[in-house]
Amino acid sequence: MLLGRVVGHVVSTAKHEQLTSLKMLLVQPLHPSGASHGSELMAVDSVGAGVGERVLVVVEGRSASQAVNLPAAPLDAAIVGIVDRIDPS
Amino acid sequence: MNLARVVGRIVSTHKLDALTGRKLLLLAPVDSRGVESGQRLVALDAVGAGAAELVIYVRGREASHAFLPEIVPADASIVGIVDHATREI
Repeated sequence: MLLGRVVGHVVSTAKHEQLTSLKMLLVQPLHPSGASHGSELMAVDSVGAGVGERVLVVVEGRSASQAVNLPAAPLDAAIVGIVDRIDPS
Repeated sequence: MNLARVVGRIVSTHKLDALTGRKLLLLAPVDSRGVESGQRLVALDAVGAGAAELVIYVRGREASHAFLPEIVPADASIVGIVDHATREI
């Protein structure tokens, strides 16, 4: 899983039928310190995340499609949690 | 998933039977501002995308899910045409 921040959304009307009605969000990957790293990606939302929130994203394909109960859907990233806080040990 | 701009089309006459009739498009990955980011790649089209369109593509094993129940050897597939991608923060 990776840590990211929701920074926007993507609207697509013409898409694969298995992706119908899924919310697609733009996510900027973050270091635990809060710094951005890498390029943004798109993930389907399974937890009701919103812009500005820190989230957990699964990017292993099989797990991503299982997160939205669509094991045969062509998707490779899904938001599976909203981060409350990170406690350094 | 990631955003990309369709920048070309690949013509291949001699290919696997499983790829017959599939449209192969050349993609330039872009960020939500439209700036090219990363190496260009070839993807199979699952949604009827055309030249210069902004699209959503999936990489990896799940790319072949776009064509189920047919088994298609794909590692990148276009699964949506973008109406708009908005980065809000």
